[in-house]
Amino acid sequence: MHFADGVIPEEYLGYVRNKYLWILGGIVLLFFLLVVSISIGAAGVPLYDVFLSIINGTADRISALLHFTTVSPENLSRVDRIVWNIRLPQALAAIVAGIGLSIAGVAMQSILRNPLASPFTLGISNAGAFGAAVSVILLGTGQMHSSIANAVTLNNPYVTTIVAFIFCLLATAVILIISRVCGASPEVMILAGVAISSLFTAGTMFLQYFASDTQLAAVVFWTFGDVSRANWQELGLMAVVVAGAALYFVANRWNYNAIDAGDETAMGLGVNVEAIRNIGMVVAALVSAVIVSFLGVIGFVGLVCPHMVRRLIGDDQRFLIPGSCVMGGILLLASDTVARVIVAPYVLPVAVLTAFLGAPTFIYLLLRGYRR
Amino acid sequence: MILDVDGVAFTYRSAPVIQDVTFDLRPKQILAILGPNGVGKTTLLKCMNAILRPKTGSIMVEELDLLTADRMEIARRMGYVPQRSEAGRLTAFDAILLGRRPHIRWDVTEADLRIVEAAIRMLRLEELALRYIDEMSGGELQKVSIARALVQEPRVLLLDEPTSSLDLRNQIDILEIVRSVVAGHDVAAVMTMHDLNMALRYADRFIFLKGGTICAAGGSEVVTAETIETVYGVPVTVEQYNGFQVVVPLTPIRD
Repeated sequence: MHFADGVIPEEYLGYVRNKYLWILGGIVLLFFLLVVSISIGAAGVPLYDVFLSIINGTADRISALLHFTTVSPENLSRVDRIVWNIRLPQALAAIVAGIGLSIAGVAMQSILRNPLASPFTLGISNAGAFGAAVSVILLGTGQMHSSIANAVTLNNPYVTTIVAFIFCLLATAVILIISRVCGASPEVMILAGVAISSLFTAGTMFLQYFASDTQLAAVVFWTFGDVSRANWQELGLMAVVVAGAALYFVANRWNYNAIDAGDETAMGLGVNVEAIRNIGMVVAALVSAVIVSFLGVIGFVGLVCPHMVRRLIGDDQRFLIPGSCVMGGILLLASDTVARVIVAPYVLPVAVLTAFLGAPTFIYLLLRGYRR
Repeated sequence: MILDVDGVAFTYRSAPVIQDVTFDLRPKQILAILGPNGVGKTTLLKCMNAILRPKTGSIMVEELDLLTADRMEIARRMGYVPQRSEAGRLTAFDAILLGRRPHIRWDVTEADLRIVEAAIRMLRLEELALRYIDEMSGGELQKVSIARALVQEPRVLLLDEPTSSLDLRNQIDILEIVRSVVAGHDVAAVMTMHDLNMALRYADRFIFLKGGTICAAGGSEVVTAETIETVYGVPVTVEQYNGFQVVVPLTPIRD
């Protein structure tokens, strides 16, 4: 059949523009928050200086990159050193991890057709924690230090990261195998996730029961997700994975919209539902695994940010996916900033703060209902 | 012929569900698939859209062989309206725009938006266009689903019990829409139905399924008291009323 040309209603175009404005507003807020976050801390740096340092430093690094040289650390001013060596990597790690967890959450909620889905639901975080416990307790990579601000260090963090990552992937693989045997239905995936999650929690508890005080402290320390762990290289790796995943999910926004309308509708619209489900799970799991293994367990962001965005701009994946990215970055960066200053000079791991900050906001949005 | 179904069989876990279903359809025809619950009406409809893969047989939409075609290719020829679709927080306009999915490459174009607008006008949904579908009634949602299938610009429209759980007014609205689309755009429609009188009023061709096979097929002349009693196990009489053929159940059923 063929339709005579209609006239695009102005009202609809305005509605779409409005959604994009929300996202744009979020991006501006995120950048402002980045500058504020960097300026706050033990050594205060004025906002404007932070802004200049970020802009100039970025320009210097790009030009150095183009001329195949590097920015030498001696030439950095005090402000530049604080910004570029300490606070910027931490703030960017918070943003990247927030984006990654949030996008994994929004994808899983759609794939599993369950509003409670998040990187936790499938047991990926618990698998990572179990991997860390195996590494610290069985492989002996944990160690206690006496300084208070950084109470425990892992004497071989890379082994811990790698082992955690392997277990994250193992959990994903098990879920995929189960879904291959039973069909990739949301029910099967989510129940398998619950089972795997419990299994790894039990495993962690088992290991902890036989661990020494030092090892126990190291495992617990690892479990508290903390964005200050990442250096520039790790940040770069996370950013590449998160960016790739974001691109994948944005490219599939119409497929996710179709799946949200029901499996049969989606198939009728030409979407290969099972393949989209399986690939989406792998991508979401991979992103979660990378973040969990570098930074530890950071809860709540993946579950709640997509719902906050749903309440603000609706379920349309065209806006929901980028909106969740921005919201994830904002929530985790804000949490990390508060975590750094709330009990200064001590620095809390961000995982402690995400729920403190996120839960009241979320409950407010729930009570208020959808925005008209 | 716009649709040619030949010897289609589907088995579920080695138990045959439908067997040897053969029929064809011309443009501007509406086919009603009739039969009791669980006889395989929905299964047959899903086979025709390759949502389920038939074990044997062939299904051709014009020159396209559905059983070897790519899913996107099928979606450009067949519009499918399932019995139920989920209603999320998006506007009717966007829900209908989703029907352009088989034609979208990276993003929607102006042409897509124009087609959606034309479909909205055709179904007289202008008032609903910017309403959220999770706030809509069953009848409104069903119209949105049909509009979504229409903007796929299909050759054949498949509707799974399009009027179940709708009130009389909405049933007639929906079936009038289907009839006017089929007549005006040179397409064909296949509907599964329970309401024999609505089927008689709006369809041109009829298939009665019993035990997974075709028990009777043809024009309105196959809708007889004998066939209906064989298929449903209910005694009826088929009468003429003001030029309409009507089915009247003879209840209570006496053994």
